[in-house]
Amino acid sequence: MKLPALLRRRRSGAGAAAATAATVDATRRVDRFTSQDLLVEVSHGIGGHTGRLVMTTLGTVLGIASLVVTIGFAQTAAGQISAQFDAVAATQAVVKPGSARSANGDEVATSMLPWDAPDRVERLNGVERAGLIGEVPIGETAVTAVPINDPSAPEVLSPTLLATSEGLLEAVRGRATAGRYFDAGHDARADRVAVIGARAAEKLGINRVDSQPSIFVGERPYTVIGIVDDMERRPDLLDSVIVPIGTARADFGLQSASELQLRIAAGAGALVAEQAPIALDPNTPENFDVQAPRSGSELQESVQADINVVFLVLGLIALLAGGLGIANVTLLSVSERTGEIGLRRALGATRRDIASQFMVESVVIGLLGGLIGAAVGVFAVVAVALVQQWTPIIDLPMVLGAALLGAVVGLAAGAYPARKASRIEPIAALRAGV
Amino acid sequence: MNSAAPVVELVDVTRSFPGPPEVRALKSVNLTIRRGDYLSIVGPSGSGKSTLLNVLGLLDRPTVGEYRLGGVLTGALDEAQRAGLRARTIGFVFQAFHLLPRRTVLDNVLLATLYSGVPRHERMPRAKAALERVGLGHRMQFMPTTLSGGERQRVAVARAVMASPQLILADEPTGNLDQRTSGEVMDLFEELNADGLSLVVITHDEKVAGRADRSIRIADGRVSEL
Ligand SMILES: Nc1ncnc2c1ncn2[C@@H]1O[C@H](COP(=O)(O)OP(=O)(O)O)[C@@H](O)[C@H]1O
Ligand SMILES: [Mg+2]
Repeated sequence: MKLPALLRRRRSGAGAAAATAATVDATRRVDRFTSQDLLVEVSHGIGGHTGRLVMTTLGTVLGIASLVVTIGFAQTAAGQISAQFDAVAATQAVVKPGSARSANGDEVATSMLPWDAPDRVERLNGVERAGLIGEVPIGETAVTAVPINDPSAPEVLSPTLLATSEGLLEAVRGRATAGRYFDAGHDARADRVAVIGARAAEKLGINRVDSQPSIFVGERPYTVIGIVDDMERRPDLLDSVIVPIGTARADFGLQSASELQLRIAAGAGALVAEQAPIALDPNTPENFDVQAPRSGSELQESVQADINVVFLVLGLIALLAGGLGIANVTLLSVSERTGEIGLRRALGATRRDIASQFMVESVVIGLLGGLIGAAVGVFAVVAVALVQQWTPIIDLPMVLGAALLGAVVGLAAGAYPARKASRIEPIAALRAGV
Repeated sequence: MNSAAPVVELVDVTRSFPGPPEVRALKSVNLTIRRGDYLSIVGPSGSGKSTLLNVLGLLDRPTVGEYRLGGVLTGALDEAQRAGLRARTIGFVFQAFHLLPRRTVLDNVLLATLYSGVPRHERMPRAKAALERVGLGHRMQFMPTTLSGGERQRVAVARAVMASPQLILADEPTGNLDQRTSGEVMDLFEELNADGLSLVVITHDEKVAGRADRSIRIADGRVSEL
């Protein structure tokens, strides 16, 4: 029996003058412990103990899963909030004078809205338009389209009489369907002009204003210059006759306005709530009640924060435990496989080869845990969202990032065991037996 | 590798283990092994046989003295260079076989190609040829644990020749084998030697030692030619 030729290959070609360096470094050229080889060895190293692998990855699985669930729920909840988010409600604010109970139990206003309140608040950032509203006290006086009181005519409920500043229509996002709203000039001159809400106009039988119809408050005529509609914030305006504040003060002795409507920029709610009372009365801003929306992002943030703190901490703790688990098992594996390490060194493995083998094993275990954890997390979010009839929103890069985080945990966990493995002396390791 | 140079050249090699107490396992050893030499090493337990083999196999460094392997002065090499030289020049056979229990016979043999840079396309044919060569072509997919001691040691021999080494170092390769299988394994070694490999066998067995062309004795770290 002869040794096959291929086993003798090396001995035939070596020339007498072969350079030392070339000889020593010859192995580095060819297929020496390539990454493919490394991965094959790693897969055998990991595949050996399936039960142990499951236990090892458990902590990482739980950690990554809870992170994905946390972020997934936060994103889903944020999606819910923005879906329900009402753009109109978010851009409207109301300021009212504060009130207190008097000795005999009546509500009394503790402050008054100044007549120039719209000018004051419109100077603020985030306030787009503002308008005052006041109820005009007219008692039993009828508001009618005809001055003659016809006793045979059926009793109709007369519309309420309101006074507003010129900016109110825009402040409540109303619209003039005919004619126009009154302006600052009408207000200043106390002109006897009126604007009628769409429903009140219908009841009064007024549908066009180009003929300058009149409306009577008691005996006093007011020229109707416009019909307004679409005031969702104050639907009572639709049933009202509206006159300029200046007119109401001159004709009916209006004492004060009851509220200030503001149209604000999206997200400016908190700012306006803080600054509007100061603008109205720098000395006693606390005497005003402000209803301003919390901004959408504020809502989302608070929801996210609620979920994040609890689950995020749990997730990080689980992840830490997972990392320690991987480190522990890899360390165990190193000491169990001391003989194997010695054998590999005898076969020509360098310290670095040994280190990379255990390192990659640890990374792969971590990545495996990360992938499983991310899948479990996505499944949990989708399942809960379906039950709650929410739309599950999960960011794909976030999920991939979470899975990769598992690999990072493995990397960190493997560093110490890999270092330890690489420092085992081959002689001592070989004595340990495989 | 310089073919004119001896495979192994030890000059005044001393290996001492710092104590306390300090143990001088090898004392000023001079040894030359040429291409195709067949050398047995005998000596009482604790005399320094394994230490000598570890130095020869680049698993250990002399504390004092020079070691040339195939003409290369090994003392000047760094760890990675020594690993590379070891992978390509030396094949080990151990008393306890050192086969990975969870890998097939074929995988165990292929393991020797990983670190020695055997081109990928040559690995499988070589491993199969080597296993055929040791008479285990029909056991390639077996697990080592299912093999007899003699078969396991033949797998180890197949693995040792995978990277086409110049020198086979065997530390009591028949220590765990019975008389008959010992003979078979030694026959295998001698065939390799006949092909030109240098062979160093540590043994307690008089019969095994007697088969070698050359025999040296170590006593208390000192080498004497028999
Ligand atoms: N790593 C070590 N540290 C300290 N002493 C050692 C070490 N390795 C071997 N020795 C000592 O060196 C001597 C030779 O050991 P060894 O070469 O294993 O003997 P053999 O193989 O001939 O039985 C013994 O006395 C042993 O105790
Ligand atoms: Mg020994």
